Amino acid sequence: MKKYKVNKTYLEINEKIKSGEVVVVTAEEIIDIVKKEGSVEAARRVDIVTTGTFSPMCSSGAFINFGHSVPTIRASEVWLNKVPAYAGVAAVDCYIGATELCEDDPLNKVYPGEFNYGGGHVIQDLVAGKNVHLKATSYGTSCYPNRMIEKEISLRTLPSATLCNPRNGYQNYNCAVNLTNKTIYTYMGTLKPKAGNANYSSAGELSPLLNDPYYKTIGLGTRIFLGGGIGYVTWHGTQHKPSVKRTKKGVPLTPAGTLWVMGDLKKMSSKWLVGVSIQGYGCSLAVGLGIPIPILNEEIVQYAAVSDEEIFTQIVDYGHDYPNGISKSYGQVSYAELKSGHIEFKGEKIPTVPLSSMVMAREIAETLKKWILQGKFMLGEPQFTLLR
Amino acid sequence: MYSKILILRFPETEVEKPIVCYLVKDYDLTFNILNATILPRKEGIMVLELSGSRKNFREGVQYLKSQGVHVKNASQEIRRDNKKCTHCGACTAVCPTGALSIQRPEMLVVFDQKKCSVCELCVSACPPRAMEAKPTSKIFFE
Repeated sequence: MKKYKVNKTYLEINEKIKSGEVVVVTAEEIIDIVKKEGSVEAARRVDIVTTGTFSPMCSSGAFINFGHSVPTIRASEVWLNKVPAYAGVAAVDCYIGATELCEDDPLNKVYPGEFNYGGGHVIQDLVAGKNVHLKATSYGTSCYPNRMIEKEISLRTLPSATLCNPRNGYQNYNCAVNLTNKTIYTYMGTLKPKAGNANYSSAGELSPLLNDPYYKTIGLGTRIFLGGGIGYVTWHGTQHKPSVKRTKKGVPLTPAGTLWVMGDLKKMSSKWLVGVSIQGYGCSLAVGLGIPIPILNEEIVQYAAVSDEEIFTQIVDYGHDYPNGISKSYGQVSYAELKSGHIEFKGEKIPTVPLSSMVMAREIAETLKKWILQGKFMLGEPQFTLLR
Repeated sequence: MYSKILILRFPETEVEKPIVCYLVKDYDLTFNILNATILPRKEGIMVLELSGSRKNFREGVQYLKSQGVHVKNASQEIRRDNKKCTHCGACTAVCPTGALSIQRPEMLVVFDQKKCSVCELCVSACPPRAMEAKPTSKIFFE
């Protein structure tokens, strides 16, 4: 006897995409469908659930091959618009990381620093089609005698440019407060003293990994929406930690899984890769990411139907605890509470501040849905799913 | 009642004349001096809020200019570049007046300029730098 009442394969769903019969809904829409029709009926009717998230995602960057010059150079150090890129890859290859800062940035010398330009901004400028100034230096070899080059590069003329993000799409994230007496400026935004506000950063019920908490459909080869183009999940991300505490429905209560993603930068857009400046902290890149979840059976649709009321995170003090490596929770809150605008904390109502854009997340899920319905986007069947 | 914050620059030759008090005497305007200093080369700078009827205000400014005083508008307003805003919500942590708020359930960040006190806290708190402080009516003085 089969384990599930509904059993679909990637191949069958892709056939439906080709024939135009596929049924696609977003991770928000599936909630009510499962509530009304039950998981078996929903799994029968719906083939794919689309998810989306848009937020600053450090651990993003791009591999850039900038082509050979005459005389040739074996670049030892590379700068793009004065932002250093890692050049120890090959003669004319480099990696520009999202959090790398412009070389003459005043940093936090006048606190809190503004951090107006960094690696994330270089990536956004490139995808926006702007010219970027490249400088490379070297020591000179027989085969690569040149010691310094400067040139304007643009995405169109680069031999290759690949977005390669070692950690994106965090499955859940902390809710940050500040229990000290001074305002602090963190990667979780501005935190007023004495828990004046609580900041959080997850798309909740739309977030990719929260809709497939045990990674039953996501792994190497999963085709995704990445930065406005098409990308792939290539590995589990760095800091991937599936072993955390979870609710009965499998939703992690603390930051858990992560994704390593890649895609052709040339096909991406500056709307979905946005360089960001985080006051007092540094630069990063806001990445638009969306994953289609194939509804292979009723269990998977049950997971995808998770709602903000069923997703919880921990309140963490970024004033004292976090910088001292103290792992302590000051309470558990649901994303429904966080999104309401206020949470109850130590008997008081404190305002909540999102850092992850629901407006953009929704647009990603809708775009992915449209691509699939138009037959432009086929599911990628993973070679193996993420570590769990 | 019309009111604006102005930056006045007095050339070295005019610095010792009692120019500003004529704004009260002849033009029925009131002022509040916010800052005044004389620079090393004896050029004077004064920041003042000037108030009165629109007509008197215009004539008063004309008078200042006729006395060789350089007049610049210091009034600013905050504008949002809607193309840059990603509706993340980070600005709502710092906005003290609720001019930046979240419309629920859409989670859209709305900017109500009427509630804005031009404190400029949002300018550097906005990750994609969508908020800008800009002079209100530059053309009027140029």
